[in-house]
Amino acid sequence: MFPRPIEQRSRAARVGYQLALPVALLLWLLPLLGVAVTSLKPASDLASGNYFGLPSHLAFSNYADVFNNSPIGQYIWNSFKVTIPTVIGTLVLSSLTGFALGIYRFRGNIVIFFMFVAGNFVPFQILMVPVRDMTVNMGLYNTTTGLVLFHIAFQTGFCTLFMRNFIRALPRALIEAARVEGVSEVRIFWYIVLPLMRPAIAALSVLIFTFIWNDYFWATVLTTSASTQPVTAGLYALNGLWIAQWQLVSAGAIVAAMPPVLMFFLMQRHFIAGLTLGAVK
Amino acid sequence: MSLASTERRSRSWWREHQQRLTPYVFLIPGLIFFLVYVIIPIFESFWLSGFKWDGLGEKTWIGMANYRELFDDEAFYTSLKNNIIWLVLYLLAVPAGLFIAIFLNQRVRGIRVYKSFFFFPFVISQVVVGLIFAWFYAPNFGLFYLLVEKLTGTGIAVLADPDLVTYGIIAAGLWPQIAYCMILYLTGLNAVDPEQVEAARLDAAKGWKMLWYVILPQLRPATFIAVVVTVIGALRSFDLVSIMTDGGPFGSSRVLSFYMYEQALSEYGYRMGYGASIAVILFLIMMVFISGFIWKMVEDERQGN
Repeated sequence: MFPRPIEQRSRAARVGYQLALPVALLLWLLPLLGVAVTSLKPASDLASGNYFGLPSHLAFSNYADVFNNSPIGQYIWNSFKVTIPTVIGTLVLSSLTGFALGIYRFRGNIVIFFMFVAGNFVPFQILMVPVRDMTVNMGLYNTTTGLVLFHIAFQTGFCTLFMRNFIRALPRALIEAARVEGVSEVRIFWYIVLPLMRPAIAALSVLIFTFIWNDYFWATVLTTSASTQPVTAGLYALNGLWIAQWQLVSAGAIVAAMPPVLMFFLMQRHFIAGLTLGAVK
Repeated sequence: MSLASTERRSRSWWREHQQRLTPYVFLIPGLIFFLVYVIIPIFESFWLSGFKWDGLGEKTWIGMANYRELFDDEAFYTSLKNNIIWLVLYLLAVPAGLFIAIFLNQRVRGIRVYKSFFFFPFVISQVVVGLIFAWFYAPNFGLFYLLVEKLTGTGIAVLADPDLVTYGIIAAGLWPQIAYCMILYLTGLNAVDPEQVEAARLDAAKGWKMLWYVILPQLRPATFIAVVVTVIGALRSFDLVSIMTDGGPFGSSRVLSFYMYEQALSEYGYRMGYGASIAVILFLIMMVFISGFIWKMVEDERQGN
């Protein structure tokens, strides 16, 4: 283990380490804590210059204000309407492509695979004008469907990489044995491979959920009105509206950040497994 | 011939050839989506960059005129310069992430919770990160502003200062990026071969030497991914610039991705062709890195087989 385990060190080092941990964490999360505290301050605190200290009383009313006086509820609903179909669509497409590229040897396999990988790295701006134009022509501009279709396509690149590598690591003997038994290819996919892909599916669902929930660029390019915009784009609009009302901006930001945060804490293991794919040989 | 027998024949035909056909059938839906929304638009953007187009009316072919204008455009050079600063400074996330990972790679009580909380900034959307740091830097009451004021006597309004603004935004971007690199390295450190470490310890290798000669070589896959995601992240930086400054003050915090968006969907009329030409330049810069990454991945793939 590197570095040397702290248990093997002197008592002073151990105590020092235990003290350093919370201090380091506090410094690391300082900006976030500041915003969290601000979101609970009554407006009068900010007006009277109490920026730093604790709130004079806990003003949960900021959160009520945010929900009652802004379309943030609608924004969040829109985010769900974009995120959940994208997760499902991407998983369906990429389990198929991952299976095709992971199991079979055929001409073009490696080229198609690296096309998915490379497409995944391109700057969004090179896609922006054509994708926006296409979405307008399909009559899907300023709809959540338009966003969903693009997200499914783009995320399929990353998910294909993930699924294919995952399927590659499965024992091939399993598939060979099934073939000898005369099981059809489609059934091999459905009854043998798909059940084994559960960990990959779990990891990708949390990752894609977070990526799509947090997407801001495409939200601003493909949607324009409060009835369709996801919460990231909505926050930008609200930020313009709430100039200098930091207690509201903070509360709004925290509300918008919540769903992926909950997702992360509930499914941490899968999340990290997905993110660190390939970090270990 | 009865219908049933045709069906039977086509079924047996499928059965005979299914091993060859299945991969294509399975690839088609994903491939169509990816081609239509990702691969073809790349070529379309190249083509569009030769036009003058407002996004609605007729396109007018103007050849290389967009590029000629671009190379005389002050704002383009500002964006390009900022992109380079982003790229260089953003890479600090890699060593910083390694440092935190080493700090946290212990087995004391509650360490898992600490690891999750250190990773936390990565889970939050960049829009929220941008707002958090905008508040952090806010003149007169932001934590950072007050801290600097305490130390030097005068506060700095980072986001209003053309010379500092880009650095301020990059610092905000580094926060989640360091968390990302940290988690990659924590996973990597977990897989470091303990026997090699013990053997090196017996040879009295310690500290930096141990890290450099024994640990880092074993962390190479983690380092590779950390560098890839950081370079891509630096060149994709858009969200923070848009949220924190909208490119200002006086356009001094623009980066290519933001300037492209600004031009294409400008409030003074859409300039899709000009935007496309900026996107092409950004794409070409990115291609240098992407081809390097892909080349390395293909090599690994060959060795794996």
